[in-house]
Amino acid sequence: MANRTISFKIYRYDPDRDAKPYMQELSIELDPTDRKLLDALVKLKAQDDSLAFRRSCREGVCGSDAMNINGKNGLACLTDIDSLAQPVVLRPLPGLPVIRDLIVDMTQFFKQYHSIKPYVVNNTPAPEKERLQSPEQREELNGLYECILCACCSTSCPSFWWNPDKFVGPAGLLAAYRFIADTRDEITNERLDNLEDPYRLFRCHTIMNCVDVCPKHLNPTKAIGKIKELMLSRAV
Amino acid sequence: MNIAKRNFDAVIVGAGGAGMRAAVGLAESGLKTAVISKVFPTRSHTVAAQGGVSASLGNSEPDDWRWHMYDTVKGSDWLGDQDAIEFMCKQAPEVVIELEHYGMPFDRTDDGKIYQRPFGGHISNFGEGKPVRRACAAADRTGHAMLHALYQRNVRANTQFFVEWLALDLLRAADGRVLGVIAMELESGELTLFQAKATLFATGGAGRIYHSSTNAFINTGDGLGMAARAGIPLEDMEFWQFHPTGVAGAGVLITEGVRGEGGILRNASGERFMERYAPNAKDLASRDVVSRAMVTEINEGRGCGPNRDHVLLDITHLDPNIIMTRLPGIREISIQFAGTDPIKAPIPVVPTCHYQMGGIPTNYNAEVVVHGEAVPGFYAAGECACASVHGANRLGTNSLLDLLVFGKSASQSMIEYIRRLPAAQPEIPQAEIDRTLARLARLDGQKEGADVHETRLAMQRTMQNHAGVFRFKEMLAQGVGKILAIAEDVAQIQIRDKSKVWNTARMEALELENLIEVAKATMVSANARTESRGAHVRDDAPDTPEHPDGRDDASWLKHTLWYRDGNRLEYKPVTLKPLSVDSVPLKKRAY
Repeated sequence: MANRTISFKIYRYDPDRDAKPYMQELSIELDPTDRKLLDALVKLKAQDDSLAFRRSCREGVCGSDAMNINGKNGLACLTDIDSLAQPVVLRPLPGLPVIRDLIVDMTQFFKQYHSIKPYVVNNTPAPEKERLQSPEQREELNGLYECILCACCSTSCPSFWWNPDKFVGPAGLLAAYRFIADTRDEITNERLDNLEDPYRLFRCHTIMNCVDVCPKHLNPTKAIGKIKELMLSRAV
Repeated sequence: MNIAKRNFDAVIVGAGGAGMRAAVGLAESGLKTAVISKVFPTRSHTVAAQGGVSASLGNSEPDDWRWHMYDTVKGSDWLGDQDAIEFMCKQAPEVVIELEHYGMPFDRTDDGKIYQRPFGGHISNFGEGKPVRRACAAADRTGHAMLHALYQRNVRANTQFFVEWLALDLLRAADGRVLGVIAMELESGELTLFQAKATLFATGGAGRIYHSSTNAFINTGDGLGMAARAGIPLEDMEFWQFHPTGVAGAGVLITEGVRGEGGILRNASGERFMERYAPNAKDLASRDVVSRAMVTEINEGRGCGPNRDHVLLDITHLDPNIIMTRLPGIREISIQFAGTDPIKAPIPVVPTCHYQMGGIPTNYNAEVVVHGEAVPGFYAAGECACASVHGANRLGTNSLLDLLVFGKSASQSMIEYIRRLPAAQPEIPQAEIDRTLARLARLDGQKEGADVHETRLAMQRTMQNHAGVFRFKEMLAQGVGKILAIAEDVAQIQIRDKSKVWNTARMEALELENLIEVAKATMVSANARTESRGAHVRDDAPDTPEHPDGRDDASWLKHTLWYRDGNRLEYKPVTLKPLSVDSVPLKKRAY
């Protein structure tokens, strides 16, 4: 890859300085080794240290650098810079309050995650060794436990935009099913009760934006479908 | 300036594996506990660990904690303290089972037990037997699964988190006891004093002192910088692990578990060169051994690619189903960062800075120890601490184990200490607070100072060139001068952004002030240690009959202690006596 210049339009807002948000046009020359959008952001920040964004692992496992990239949510560290149409338009994740630039307030997102009791509950006295689980039972957790809580899915979901306080959202529901599906967990009924509500679960209208944007290729819609099935089967 | 103050029984700085394991213990004991983290807990770098956590569960074949202990001492090149190593290896099965009970989604064997895979240096029968499957794994996402399970357990325990707060300095009383930390809330830029009866640093490593690193951006050695500024020495900082398999160019980690599942390293002619360097363990020799072999291959012209600057990690001979089920994350990383699907073509890899063996000196109770005495109220665990269980070279999967064992041990020590303490605590001396305020005021007022980005880059390049996989007498001596000069630049770094709100420029400047302490400690300690041992190998300490592999036990079987004040070194003996078993006698390492 040769040296090339990439142009950007980036959402800027510092409440300490700006009366209101604005889109800033910027460009940066990249080195041949710069591959990902995050590489470009780090270079932009070297040029202007006031550009604020979260980042950490730079390999798609910590979930810090989720943002809206040319209209679609994704992780900057997993997005090939050369795949993007220019100017690359960067905005904070939609639907959450903006703190500054590309940094959003994720309180509501985590509140929903916490609301599903995101931990295995097993009140049977623990054995001295591990609780046994067959490879097939363990396989049920694949596609669920890998979530990195980046919020790309929930903040691309219109139902979550309208009711972030009432609808658990795709990330929280994926986590809910992760614990329902775990053979070691003993409170499936309580978990289903917790979700049996016109908003918490049933605001999902299978728009499937979540599946489209998940950087880990997970499928919250499928998990939500399984929760709905379980509710139906226990109702009859 | 009026600064808010909050009181706790215990304050934990850092929400990676060690901090969160300690938090579980403290919160479940009912003590008022705060966890301060500069990132949301599940974004801590433990999340990036891949291959496994070691424990002699023996789920696939017989294993014994004594064998694990032997392998760890040998891996450490005998620099590890054998009391701490015994403590860790003996506790391993218990803490791993606890983690399973917390809900960790380990992979499973056919009979439903925790799945274990082979890993570098894991051998049966005191190094004499066959490789043993000891690495407990959740696919190649063990760290992610573990960190989330620990966070989830903390949610259950109602642990109080202060998320996106940056701890700035350790607060000490005139008599030296630790009273807590001063920290900044990133969202508001406001300061708060966190006063606590017991303070735990679990701040992780500082791999970002190097230019090419598997470490996250956040691994800036904050705990080490704070400790060094507060007069605490840093131990064995010359020992840095270069992981054999970072993706060439990108630095992203490819787990040793790839070789555990059958992956092979090849040079330009396709040769499995590890057979020449480690005839028995081959690709699963200790990390320092494999990294040196790779660099030797590259230096002698047998590297791959147009610049002959890397070797290849080959798993094309493995069943694609094994790759999809046991190594799915690796496949994704390889496609993303090397542009290669490892099912079809090998992955280009180079040794990459990965892990800091040294750190804040502790004992196996996670108490910080200076001059043979515990510093009252101060604890450290995980990568920021030096217990020392890793000595001169860490075995793969012992890092995650370290977090669990010493996180738990720290919580137990702190609970005991807090319950013994009288209710009344000394006031925080104003001078302690002023020290931090002066640092912040200097940064905000600095004009025509050095640029943070440029200065950090200069430090990282100097560390890479002067203190890498192979070290050279002249380069180390020059490196000391260069790093000390860069430290002078750091003392007058400048930021342009002065906003109160989520000021990442200020944060990066403060992180650089921590990194530079680690860089100084590393370079000065490495320059002084004139032997080769584990990950520290220098040209003027070659393999001789008198000093096999350049190791000089008569002069150098001792821990380095670097003090920031006066930039000086002291040494302390290695603990060769374990707690209950016989000492592992000194021997030349061979794999």
